[in-house]
Amino acid sequence: MSQRLLKVIGAGSAVSLLAMSAAQAQDISLTVVSWGGAYTESQVRAYHEPWMEMNPEWEIINDDGSANALAGLRSQSEAGSVTWDLVDMLPSDAQLACEEGIILPIDHDEMLADGEDGTPPSEDFLEGSLGECFIPQIIYSTVVTYNRDMFEEGNYPETIEDFFDTENFPGRRAIQNRPAVNMEWALYADGVDPEEIYDVLATPEGQERAFAKLDTIKDDLVFWEEGAQSPQLLADQEVSFATGYNGRIFEAAEVEGQPFEIIWDGQVVEFDGWVVPADGENVDEVMEYLYWATDTQRLADQASYISYGPARHSSQDLVGQHADLGIDMAEHMPTHPDNYFAPIELNNEFWTDWRDELAERFNNWMAQ
Amino acid sequence: MAQADASMDLDTGRETSLERMVTADGIPLKRSLKRAERRRKLFALGLVAPLLAFLLTVFIFPIGQMMWRSVDNPQIINTLPRTVEALEAWDPGADELPPEEVFAALQADFAADQELPRRQQGTGSLGVRLNYEVSGARSAVSRTARQVDGFAVPYKDEFLDAHRLWGQPEIWRVIKRESRPLTASYYVQALDREYAPDGSIQLRDEGQRTYISLFLRTFALSATILGLTFLLGFPISYYMSTLPMRQANLLMIFVLLPFWTSLLVRTSAWIVLLQQQGVINSTLVGLGIIGDDSRLSMVYNMTGTIVAMTHILLPFMVLPLYSVMRGIPPSYMRAAKGLGARPWTAFRRVYFPQTLPGIGAGGVLVFIISIGYYITPALVGGQSGRMISNEIARHMQSSLNWGLAAALGTLLLVSVMILYWVYNRLVGADSLKLG
Repeated sequence: MSQRLLKVIGAGSAVSLLAMSAAQAQDISLTVVSWGGAYTESQVRAYHEPWMEMNPEWEIINDDGSANALAGLRSQSEAGSVTWDLVDMLPSDAQLACEEGIILPIDHDEMLADGEDGTPPSEDFLEGSLGECFIPQIIYSTVVTYNRDMFEEGNYPETIEDFFDTENFPGRRAIQNRPAVNMEWALYADGVDPEEIYDVLATPEGQERAFAKLDTIKDDLVFWEEGAQSPQLLADQEVSFATGYNGRIFEAAEVEGQPFEIIWDGQVVEFDGWVVPADGENVDEVMEYLYWATDTQRLADQASYISYGPARHSSQDLVGQHADLGIDMAEHMPTHPDNYFAPIELNNEFWTDWRDELAERFNNWMAQ
Repeated sequence: MAQADASMDLDTGRETSLERMVTADGIPLKRSLKRAERRRKLFALGLVAPLLAFLLTVFIFPIGQMMWRSVDNPQIINTLPRTVEALEAWDPGADELPPEEVFAALQADFAADQELPRRQQGTGSLGVRLNYEVSGARSAVSRTARQVDGFAVPYKDEFLDAHRLWGQPEIWRVIKRESRPLTASYYVQALDREYAPDGSIQLRDEGQRTYISLFLRTFALSATILGLTFLLGFPISYYMSTLPMRQANLLMIFVLLPFWTSLLVRTSAWIVLLQQQGVINSTLVGLGIIGDDSRLSMVYNMTGTIVAMTHILLPFMVLPLYSVMRGIPPSYMRAAKGLGARPWTAFRRVYFPQTLPGIGAGGVLVFIISIGYYITPALVGGQSGRMISNEIARHMQSSLNWGLAAALGTLLLVSVMILYWVYNRLVGADSLKLG
């Protein structure tokens, strides 16, 4: 009796397993790697959820691994088991990965959608944003922010120079634990023209000068590592100033109502975007998804959830209001004329060359 | 079965030699015994085989691979074989550029590499490898490799036009020096040394030394934590060993409770307690002991690392101490006192020496665990509380210099093994007692 029962159960489960695997064969599951927090949230709401609604057999899984994306891509590629399907990555890392052949080269005009006005992608995406293997998505900026409650009214800091002025603007400052952006600001505050920063920084004297300027505020420095830490430090009043990504600061200030104020002077702007791992199992599906997720309307949609500028010209006019707050997003974009008066464009070529050496030095400088 | 048969035969026919004896089924006894022995060994091996296989795959093999990575250097010899050969005649000591043949060879190497399918091209990893030695080499390689097809004789001028770095003898010295399949350069860097232009190894400038002081700090921090766990753990273990079992067990639970709590939870709890707006600071300010503007900074620095790690590692000291102390009969102390020793002398000369195996075991555990500690210093250590493991993690995850990370890891492993060897020579590892 019990044996027969077992047989029935066994047969039944075998059938259902078969049925399940047959059903799964039609399902498409993508693992998308991004930066987590408010940023991933904006992608989920602008891209992933609408897509999954239109295509119920698709499933998109989020992974917050972008901070170590290059390490992850390399080790997955070396181990021969690539589990990531689509990765959000900085252009400098993308260039490295591209040269190592671990991500796919992209023919933008062939693989991506034309702009809504018919402009081919190679012209529609912002100048200098396209990479060999890189599909731009947003333009973001790293900015200095302060907590209004930590300063007296009428004496708010306004420039990067003020950030380096501990006498008139006392208090601790949180900066990221890496040389990029910080060394640019040190030179900018020391009077170097934004256009010439990288020429100066490529000389030993220029590097000395930047470290000397950083030395002047070193006693007041706190270091952060991940993007989510800087608004947190600022909200806890552990620091008066913090450097951070403008979208996360926007999220904290506008959505959570923190008394944060962005100093747009000397904002360091850079692109961020997608890359496709070369040996992923779902390359065709990923390309199908990307064609849709990087079109004019989709890029504009993302700006309804976070204050990062879309990387297409044709998307700019479609930027509307915040999806939950109803405020105009345009004026919170790094590229808005009111904010874009003294930008520093992050030079990726410079940092791929100097990262090894300057990161060592910076690390050493932090530890001393 | 055969074993049982053999031993029966042995018992009954002791006077005959083994060769001539046979078992009930006619097999010579010696062979039968051997077979039984082999079977027993196989059986024992079968029992430990899963563990052995496990250790081999997840422990020995990865460690071996890590050590290999710290000297592995295939990038230059694989991608630039012709250049390496052409450079043989060039004298790196002379402060001049190599001759035209070398540039021609480099042109041929790059051109050959560009022919390969993208995945097999070596220029990407070559650029990364060279950039560890010379800043700017990465863009020099990638930019030049792409336009090398259009180069015309003389190649030297074309290369110098393509990137300024090809006009500096330094990059050629590095290519020549690192052209062997194995390299010492990761270890040179891990020991705060660098190559001088003449090829000798020298100490780096003072401002650029990182790792030796970090190793020393790691050892000093571990020793401090070891001392603190001993000072805190010894009295409590002694007290517990004198209590009746039931009360001792209750106390033991208090020791073990944090041991069973997640490491992250305990570390985060310390952040809550120690931070500037935290419980301790606020209490002190509330009591008027310190002013609001002079709050103590007890976390995100060395103090944070020491406090949190001492707490986390305390059970590793208490458990071996307690079990050793439990085994020391109280009658020894009574006898010492009966023979006229004062309490302190009796403790020092009779009791304390008997606890040494426990101290040794606890000490080795705490010290070796704390040398490799990673999570806690990363969370509460700030800059001054960083340990060498954090630096290894940084090279694994963000700077992506895995060779250097492997060299640092190997140095750490070797120094732990040396310390253990010294301990073994001084105290004897067999005197370790975990309970």
